[in-house]
Amino acid sequence: MTTVYRRVLSWLDERFGAGSIEEFLRHKTVPVHRHTVWYYFGGMTLFLFIIQVLTGILLLLYYRPTPNDAFESVQYVMTQVRFGWLIRSVHSWSANLMIFTAFVHMFSVYFLKAYRKPRELTWITGMLLLFLVMGFGFSGYLLPWNTLAFFATKVGTEMAGSIPVVGKWLLIYLRGGEEVTGATLTRFFGFHVAVLPGLATLLLAMHLLLVQRLGMSVPPGVEKAIGEGRQPARSMPFFPNFLLRDIMGWYAALGVLGALAAIFPWELGTKADPFAPAPAGIHPEWYFLFMFQTLRYIPAKVIFLEGEFAGLLAFGAAAAVWVAVPFIDYKAGFGRVTRFFTGLGVFALGYMAVMSALALR
Amino acid sequence: MKKILVALLMLVWALIPAAARGDTDSCITCHSALEGKLAEPAKVFDQDIHHQSGLTCADCHGGDLHDDSLNAMSPAKGFRGAPKKTQVPEFCARCHSNVTFMHNFNPKARADQYSQYLTSVHGKRLKQGDTKVAACVDCHGVHNMLPASDTRSPTNVANVATTCAHCHANAVYMKGYGIPTDQFARYQKSVHAETLAQGDTSAPTCTTCHGNHGATPPGVSSVPNVCGTCHVFFAQLFEKSPHRAAFAKLNLPGCVQCHSNHEIVKPVDDWVGVGPKSVCANCHTSGEKGYTEAEGMAQDLAKLREGIERADTTLDTAERSGMEVSSARLELASANEDLVKARVNVHTFNEAEVRKLTDQGAGISTKTHEAGLAALHERDVRRKGLGVALITIVITIGGLYLKIRQMESPPRS
Repeated sequence: MTTVYRRVLSWLDERFGAGSIEEFLRHKTVPVHRHTVWYYFGGMTLFLFIIQVLTGILLLLYYRPTPNDAFESVQYVMTQVRFGWLIRSVHSWSANLMIFTAFVHMFSVYFLKAYRKPRELTWITGMLLLFLVMGFGFSGYLLPWNTLAFFATKVGTEMAGSIPVVGKWLLIYLRGGEEVTGATLTRFFGFHVAVLPGLATLLLAMHLLLVQRLGMSVPPGVEKAIGEGRQPARSMPFFPNFLLRDIMGWYAALGVLGALAAIFPWELGTKADPFAPAPAGIHPEWYFLFMFQTLRYIPAKVIFLEGEFAGLLAFGAAAAVWVAVPFIDYKAGFGRVTRFFTGLGVFALGYMAVMSALALR
Repeated sequence: MKKILVALLMLVWALIPAAARGDTDSCITCHSALEGKLAEPAKVFDQDIHHQSGLTCADCHGGDLHDDSLNAMSPAKGFRGAPKKTQVPEFCARCHSNVTFMHNFNPKARADQYSQYLTSVHGKRLKQGDTKVAACVDCHGVHNMLPASDTRSPTNVANVATTCAHCHANAVYMKGYGIPTDQFARYQKSVHAETLAQGDTSAPTCTTCHGNHGATPPGVSSVPNVCGTCHVFFAQLFEKSPHRAAFAKLNLPGCVQCHSNHEIVKPVDDWVGVGPKSVCANCHTSGEKGYTEAEGMAQDLAKLREGIERADTTLDTAERSGMEVSSARLELASANEDLVKARVNVHTFNEAEVRKLTDQGAGISTKTHEAGLAALHERDVRRKGLGVALITIVITIGGLYLKIRQMESPPRS
């Protein structure tokens, strides 16, 4: 077996230097310290993304993106296709878990200052991936064409329409017309299965390349302790030690996904009726709740701006600051940890949690 | 040609409100300065439909609105004054029975109110000199009359019952007429009043069944016709039923016999059959064909109702378990439709007609119940599969853990 493996590797090495990859893996190490556990969330997010791709491809075999057929095709998958219920429920649950682990990954990177020089690009590609993942969630939510999804999309796209000058154009571009119709469904389907996956693959490749190139970041506190000789610089080989631990986590995630799908199959709801009034208590997916709740608190007019636009402007500015944090907190690159940025992170996390809880109240 | 033009100009002049023509109305000017009852018309007339349509006090009461002396009210100037109660219908009818005149204001305006009124109990009694009965102004108001489409009007569909109740629910006022005064209280408990209160203005009020200007209580023979104007299908079934001839023979008032009249509550299945709440048992006794039919119809309805409830409970449990049973739910809705149709068919008073539909519905409810059971079975299979998968996953994780430990344990010396 080892001989066959060696011969295959040798064949590949002669063609594109595969030996260097093996060499890289052999020597790649992962730092070991009290925060090592947070390293697993990036891999977990990647694993869930792969699950999304695989289950998404299977759903594509049956899904039909038209207002007349979308709901019925998902219903058919849930009731008639063998294991269709499992595939669709896993796809929906996995999407939510992926967004959750992506947020955990992002905040762990933030609090451990892993964005500091020279990993600014890793942070930026990661943040863009997080926005894409939320875009996947928003576009995929409409695809079953059920009542909740229909009205949530209506509200969500209306927000885009409140932006001055380009708002109207953006709304028509997103909806494919003035209203949420079959054109919106086709458009969202296109975003969900072609545009966003294309962009995500590109960014993911860049993100992974940067991670491999720069290695795992050691938190400044640990780095300092090692520098001062208070702590030994420990590490473990990436292959197989870290990878096996990663796989353990992936198996656990698979178990959780299976349990959620079997015990709480993802609801289908009722077919969207564009002429029906919006149901009471309509709200977006949990990861948009903090924005939704904030917009509810903002008055109709803020100075000279429309309230909704002022809210979106504030969120846009906050997101821009968040993406640019490696450049703003450039002192972290020199090992100087400022409490302000840690406090800002705690505030952001607390704000999101409190606002989401208030929205669900 | 000239004459036609002059006539047209005069008509246009007449239709322009006095104020708009720049004229002063001496009636309003003087009455506004008066006190009490005499000032009242001047205060409220600007809201009146007549004023809104450009008519003046003088158009009804005569006199000269351009004369600001008391001469304005001289008979020589055509002053008629206020009519006596017995004169009111004719007073209004001078215009309202004139189709040509009324069509100047509304091409669809009716002009038969007076002739209808004369056929009503109110009209007949007024002719006999009974001034307690309703004349036009008692229902429509006076000097502040609003169109019936205005929700503030006493003749608006939402207010008609209260308007009629003003007299008909007053036991003291109605004393001597020998008719009950609880109609309004009973109507308020009815499904008709409930529907109207919910904003459905097509729901019946007093005038829907009794008529408005020609208000007459429906006679025994006309009851199915009155109810049948809305409940067409029920009336057709009743017409063809054996009850039609039997009720006529016994001089019983059709629909009202079982459903009552003013207090028409939502019917329940217990009314059918021979139980304590049954209306059939009021007439039919054991051993009669009608009794057997009633008993059979009640059993048929109960069987379907129970079948639907059973299927509904099973589907509910399946839904709470997260199973997708919307197709079965949709099918069960058609069993419910069969139950509704079977309830309608009760008015054939023929058990076979009811059973036809209840059997059809029962078949559907059984099928959907089975679909619910199959979904629950599927749920159990999934959970068992999950158990097996979880055990496999835990074993694999355990194996990986042991492998890592083995790899990372220090080599034995």
